[in-house]
Amino acid sequence: MTFSDAVISALDALRLHKLRSSLTILGIIIGVAAVIAMVAVGSGGREQVVAQFRSLGTNLLVVMPGSITKSGIGLGSGSASSLTDEDAAAAVREVTLLQVAAPFVRENAQLIAAGVNWSSLVYGVDLGLFEARDWDVESGRLFAPDEIARGAQVALIGQSVARALYGGLDPVGQELRVRNVPFRVIGVMARKGQSAWGHDQDDVVLLPLNTARQRVIGRNAANSRSVDSIYLKVREGESLAAAESDVKMLLRQRHRLQPMQDDDFTVRNLADIAATQEESVGTLALLLAIVAGVSLAVGGIGIMNIMLVSVTERTREIGLRLAIGARPRDILKQFLFEAIALSLIGGAIGILTGILAACAIASLAQWPLLIEPEWIVLAVLFSGFVGVFFGWFPALRASRLDPIEALRYA
Amino acid sequence: MSLIETEQLTRVYRLGDEAVHALREVTLSVAAGEFTAIMGPSGSGKSTFMNVIGCLDRPTSGSYRLGGEEVSAMSRDALAAVRNRKIGFVFQQFNLLERLDALGNVELATIYAGEDRRRRRDKAAAALTRVGLAERLHHQPTQLSGGQQQRVAIARALVNAPRLLLADEPTGALDSRTSLELMALFQKLNDEGTTVVVVTHEPEVARFTSRLVRFRDGRVQSDRPQRPDDAAAELLASQVEIMPDFAETAA
Repeated sequence: MTFSDAVISALDALRLHKLRSSLTILGIIIGVAAVIAMVAVGSGGREQVVAQFRSLGTNLLVVMPGSITKSGIGLGSGSASSLTDEDAAAAVREVTLLQVAAPFVRENAQLIAAGVNWSSLVYGVDLGLFEARDWDVESGRLFAPDEIARGAQVALIGQSVARALYGGLDPVGQELRVRNVPFRVIGVMARKGQSAWGHDQDDVVLLPLNTARQRVIGRNAANSRSVDSIYLKVREGESLAAAESDVKMLLRQRHRLQPMQDDDFTVRNLADIAATQEESVGTLALLLAIVAGVSLAVGGIGIMNIMLVSVTERTREIGLRLAIGARPRDILKQFLFEAIALSLIGGAIGILTGILAACAIASLAQWPLLIEPEWIVLAVLFSGFVGVFFGWFPALRASRLDPIEALRYA
Repeated sequence: MSLIETEQLTRVYRLGDEAVHALREVTLSVAAGEFTAIMGPSGSGKSTFMNVIGCLDRPTSGSYRLGGEEVSAMSRDALAAVRNRKIGFVFQQFNLLERLDALGNVELATIYAGEDRRRRRDKAAAALTRVGLAERLHHQPTQLSGGQQQRVAIARALVNAPRLLLADEPTGALDSRTSLELMALFQKLNDEGTTVVVVTHEPEVARFTSRLVRFRDGRVQSDRPQRPDDAAAELLASQVEIMPDFAETAA
């Protein structure tokens, strides 16, 4: 029995029981599609996390004020206002591992331009921010040093704000009111996309730090130099951990903390956060893939089941084939090919379905779509393997039938 | 020269604790070109004998030479090759695959002979022509009468040009007229040189053969040559003359 004979005979046999074959194939389709879709979603998600952190910069340290405890109740990280722009200046001056420091304040504020209302996150920044975050304007210009120093009423806006407030108009040169304080838009920032935590990094307004503190945000009368956070960019190739411990030491010293006192600030290392996030996405992806794999195994058991039924039903046929000269291995081949045909057809349709599902999920979640050609090859091989694995036992059983008993089978 | 040669052929089945002696030291030869009928009551061992000489079953002891070659100790694969090339089998229940047409059913036997597809088609068509079904190559078994289905089965048995044709109750599922037609066909094939062995319990069938072997309790009870009755074909023709209405239904 040649290869093509076996294939033709297998397809003939499957065609005989269309509904039964289709249902068995459906089991494999679901399994393979689930595996493809889950692996694609997992890798896409991981890619997304990596991309988000890359957009933020992985050689960044983020310093935030610590928590204060009032009457025994911890108010959470950032509730103290212990950080100032002087801390930032000192850090970059004294810790040689640092390239730049970017202190900033931020708050949600109402914006009005040409009668349109919009609420957005307003940052007060100095020039360090653009360097720390590798961020430039797309049109217009960045702040001039003297605009930062004297607290000029100029603003840079993100792409989402530009679209919301000005539509198709060029925002550069337009007026923008932030909490009713008039500003002139001098530039539109380049696109940043979604952050690792899912918010729109382009829905922002950047103001000079002093202007923001004095005229817009100004929440902390006690210390006019206080800031919400400081980005510290570590020099290329230097250790983040070393920079982190240097910064901690410096800040403890500047804040005059006693050895037994806790830090009144926290330093977060974006590379660590990125790694943790990536790992958790990876774990989730693995979990999804395992669930999908289980459904593929269930599909395989479906094949085995239907093949056992088929062998029993066709006992007389097997006896006849043996009687007219089939060797046991011919019978084995015939039934194995049927099982493989079932799983490969299921695999092929499953791959297409899986890719479609992955596309749908990726577009819904706005994730990058990641489908490697190797997966397709792997999925084909794997579904073939499922056919062989689950088809082997029924086929072996068929090949071991005794011709006389098989012929007598009613 | 003997085509079939058995010596002390014994087959013992185990049924639970009981040993069933289906064949007891059967020594029998069938010469090439003979047309032999085997008869006997059920349980006499005639079917077991057919299965052993058809290489579907192996003897417990004794020897069986087919065309001078010792078969009883062959491997399963070697036996499959013998069944494929040297023996043609015809069963009571035609055993046709319903999903295949007549040609496909006959071709099945050539697939295992490893022929290429074109040659297979030609050989299958030739075999069907030989049994008088040249016009029915693409009929499904369900579109054929019982006699025609059995002819397809015979064509399948003949397609690899075996020297030996074994038929186990070939007329058991057919009416008497069709049985007669079939025996005429077996006679024709025998005249063309094929050695034929038919197991039957119908004396009317057995009388067309040139030798009658009776089995009883796993042994050969009697074995004698006989002058075959008038050729089945002639008998058939005379019947048609006697019963004209029969001819009408046939036409």
